[in-house]
Amino acid sequence: MPTPLLEVSHLRVEFPTRRGTLLALDDVSFSIAPGEILGVVGESGAGKSLTGASIIGLLEPPGRIARGEIRLEGERIDNLPPDRMRAVRGRRIGAIFQDPLTSLNPLYTVGRQLVETIQTHLPMDRARARARAVALLKETGIPAAEQRFDHYPHQFSGGMRQRVVIALALAAEPKLIVADEPTTALDVSIQAQIIALLKRLTRQHGAAVMLVTHDMGVIAEASDRVAVMYAGRIVEVGPVQQVIHRPAHPYTVGLMGSIPSMAVEHDRLLQIDGTMPRLNAIPDGCAFNPRCPKAFERCRHDRPDLMAAEATQAACWLVGGERGGA
Amino acid sequence: MLAFVLRRLIQAVVVMLTVAFIAFMLFQYVGDPVTNLLGQDATAEQRQQLRADLGLDAPFPVQFVRFVGNALHGEFGLSLRQGRKVSALIVERFPATIELAFSAAVIALLAGVTLGVYTALRRDSFGSQVWMALSLVGVSLPTFLIGILLILVFAVLLKVLPSFGRGDVATVAGWSSGLLTVDGWKHLVLPSLTLSIFQLALIMRLVRAEMLEVLRTDYIKFARARGLSDRAVYFGHALRNTLVPVITITGLQLGALIAYAIITETVFQWPGMGLLFIQAVQFADIPVMAAYLCLTALIFVLINLMVDLLYFAVDPRLRIERVAAAH
Amino acid sequence: MSTVLTAADKPTRWARLLDSDVWHSFKHSPTAITASLIALVCVLCALFAQWVAPHNPFDLATLDLSDARLPPSWLEGGSVKYLLGTDDQGRDILSALMYGSRISLFVGLASVALSMLIGVGLGLLSGFAGGAVDGFIMRVCDVMLSFPAILVALLIDGFGRTLFPDAHESLAFAVLVFAIALTGWVQYARTVRGSTMVERNKEYVQAARVIGVAPLRVMFRHVLPNVLGPVLVLATIQIAGAIITEATLSFLGVGVPPTSPSLGTLIRIGQDFLFSGEWWITVFPGLMLVLIALSVNLLGDWLRDALNPRLR
Repeated sequence: MPTPLLEVSHLRVEFPTRRGTLLALDDVSFSIAPGEILGVVGESGAGKSLTGASIIGLLEPPGRIARGEIRLEGERIDNLPPDRMRAVRGRRIGAIFQDPLTSLNPLYTVGRQLVETIQTHLPMDRARARARAVALLKETGIPAAEQRFDHYPHQFSGGMRQRVVIALALAAEPKLIVADEPTTALDVSIQAQIIALLKRLTRQHGAAVMLVTHDMGVIAEASDRVAVMYAGRIVEVGPVQQVIHRPAHPYTVGLMGSIPSMAVEHDRLLQIDGTMPRLNAIPDGCAFNPRCPKAFERCRHDRPDLMAAEATQAACWLVGGERGGA
Repeated sequence: MLAFVLRRLIQAVVVMLTVAFIAFMLFQYVGDPVTNLLGQDATAEQRQQLRADLGLDAPFPVQFVRFVGNALHGEFGLSLRQGRKVSALIVERFPATIELAFSAAVIALLAGVTLGVYTALRRDSFGSQVWMALSLVGVSLPTFLIGILLILVFAVLLKVLPSFGRGDVATVAGWSSGLLTVDGWKHLVLPSLTLSIFQLALIMRLVRAEMLEVLRTDYIKFARARGLSDRAVYFGHALRNTLVPVITITGLQLGALIAYAIITETVFQWPGMGLLFIQAVQFADIPVMAAYLCLTALIFVLINLMVDLLYFAVDPRLRIERVAAAH
Repeated sequence: MSTVLTAADKPTRWARLLDSDVWHSFKHSPTAITASLIALVCVLCALFAQWVAPHNPFDLATLDLSDARLPPSWLEGGSVKYLLGTDDQGRDILSALMYGSRISLFVGLASVALSMLIGVGLGLLSGFAGGAVDGFIMRVCDVMLSFPAILVALLIDGFGRTLFPDAHESLAFAVLVFAIALTGWVQYARTVRGSTMVERNKEYVQAARVIGVAPLRVMFRHVLPNVLGPVLVLATIQIAGAIITEATLSFLGVGVPPTSPSLGTLIRIGQDFLFSGEWWITVFPGLMLVLIALSVNLLGDWLRDALNPRLR
């Protein structure tokens, strides 16, 4: 089993407030292999973005990592001093955020922002950095890259801007890209293009991706494996086709079932009753138990870890424990 | 962009005309225009003559046009208090006020921006708290009180700096300047410091607030995520984005210094236009009031215009056309 | 142990206030507490000056010229009768402070109230009526904003002075309050106009108009409550400014009438005695002014931070 590129173990993120401590991520563990695309899916507030922020070391205070480890290529990065972490960011881990409109500094040309990033991490003079920047722009599908180099962000459309953002993320050849809702702010017609681009480029550059989104369609299209998050925990993880077609955790079953299908006719869409609990009201035991149609006594007291199901791993007592699955 | 400039020019002209109108109303209806033009010692015949010349029974618009015409030539008649031509008085006093305002502007800008950046970047440090507290005192202290306190400390108690007047001035090409003599500089210190403090505190708080906002934006977060050094993030990106809106606001504020000079000049008996204006208000010296009004309005309007153009020069989003979101 | 929440469980308004972040932030902020205490003391002294002050400095009959120019009581030559000393007419500085603060506070608060009235009124009108009315009012705002407050106040005051040269005292006050009010209304108008335009387009307003509810009623019942928050914050910012503007005008000799001196007038009188060593005549009124302005500003600062969810 080769060393995973990224390994997150028992990550616990807290937000101390004056009314008590809020637990945002509770014992989150997963890994990403080199070159793999891991989708992280869940509702708003499940903790997906926080996980990404913790990994790149940009967790906003008062949030902090209370427990756990994050290892990149075997070395711990969650406890690095700020200047060492800065060397990691951009060079070894790249990031893509949701809104391309606000991700770029409106006062600087796109080219300048690219060259600056390149020169920060790679030893190059201006001419070579510029050449590389133009090449990156071309790679991300921006027409007339030479001229566009000197354009300002507001001169690009939304999709084009996100391509620039992708170019910026790849500029220093990082091994891992954390993409936080990269297509959510874009037109539906553009989303497919951007996802395809991301997939192609990361394969070409040999980078792994942690693709955070709430959109199952994007996950299905782009990821190799997927992790489902709920209330700050991972409830299921596995190869993407398995999670979609043979989900083991009732929450995942509900998620997949609620996606309308073009093929089958329904009178009503399937829905999961209730809502995800707020951070200060997470139930004991399994966090999903109040809404789970299959919950039993144990679910209300004991919290399940990820256990092997048929094709995936699920944190559910139906899978492991006394009342086992199939 | 041409359309924008034209629109602003028209606006400027409208404002000037409105101000001229108010000045005209002052001139004609508050007090006696003949007295305003001839002074109080004019003879009855002179008044009669002037009344006829002025055609004071002429229709209102005609009189207004004549007033504007005169104003454009700097002709505002005689000061009621001093009997001299208003234009001569203003020209005499103009350099003093400008030098004072300019020095105060430089102090306020340099210190204000520096402190603003410092208190934003080192938000929770002790030094920051101290400066923030001082800035709060700075905007709570009225300018005249600052002046009096400075006089008390430096002129009365320590006796190191003079407390009134301009000191020795040298005249260069018709401009009487206090900047060319040591004595002139000594006299400039307390008044310009006084005038600058309120603006300094304001600029500092503005820069700080704006910088804190900028530091929370996505593009700064993205810049950090790309591993850019602190220096690049704070001074390359954050500072530039902070200064763009701030510079234009401060431009307007600094224009206001010309008006606030009224107070400082009163405290220090600085022989500038402001002191002239206050004496005019106390004495109901209408021609001087009207002239001061028109002149300061002109200065403000010009500064406003320049600031708008500056915005254009500095923010690329205004200069270059946006792309229609098609692809 | 019931699981059903009833209306009786809903916390009272008072309980909600005590639990709110605003109150919490207040309790934990020593500056806010100190500032409001100081402000409270000043306000009370000012309000009840007639009973609290040891002397009445403006009753000429009680003045004794032989008591003139006495230094504060803790210095040599001072007397306990006049705690902070006397001026050249024998007036007790401490009492003059209290009477003067009363005038300063009165003018400050009155002008801010008037400012709010004018600004909110014009803002509502502008936002609701739209079109040419709105355009005109906004132009006026733009023009007014390009002039510094002090100039506007001076002009109106000067104007008033020349129009009514022998004005009665209350008229002089009215002109002064009006002058200062005119320096501050623009902010209110703009804010209120913005909110009004947002609300105006909301469906419930359109529905009300379709039913036939009078626009005025809609304005007051629905738009106004939504707008009060920022308006109050603006007011806290402006009170200190108004007090300082009045002090400045009085210092320049064009503010309150000389028969009712405010703190600014007192400072002006005192400046003449700086060089002869009688510093207390100007310094104490100055300190009082600063104390009032500072505590109002601190309170305003704290209130703004507490009400701003983003800064927490």
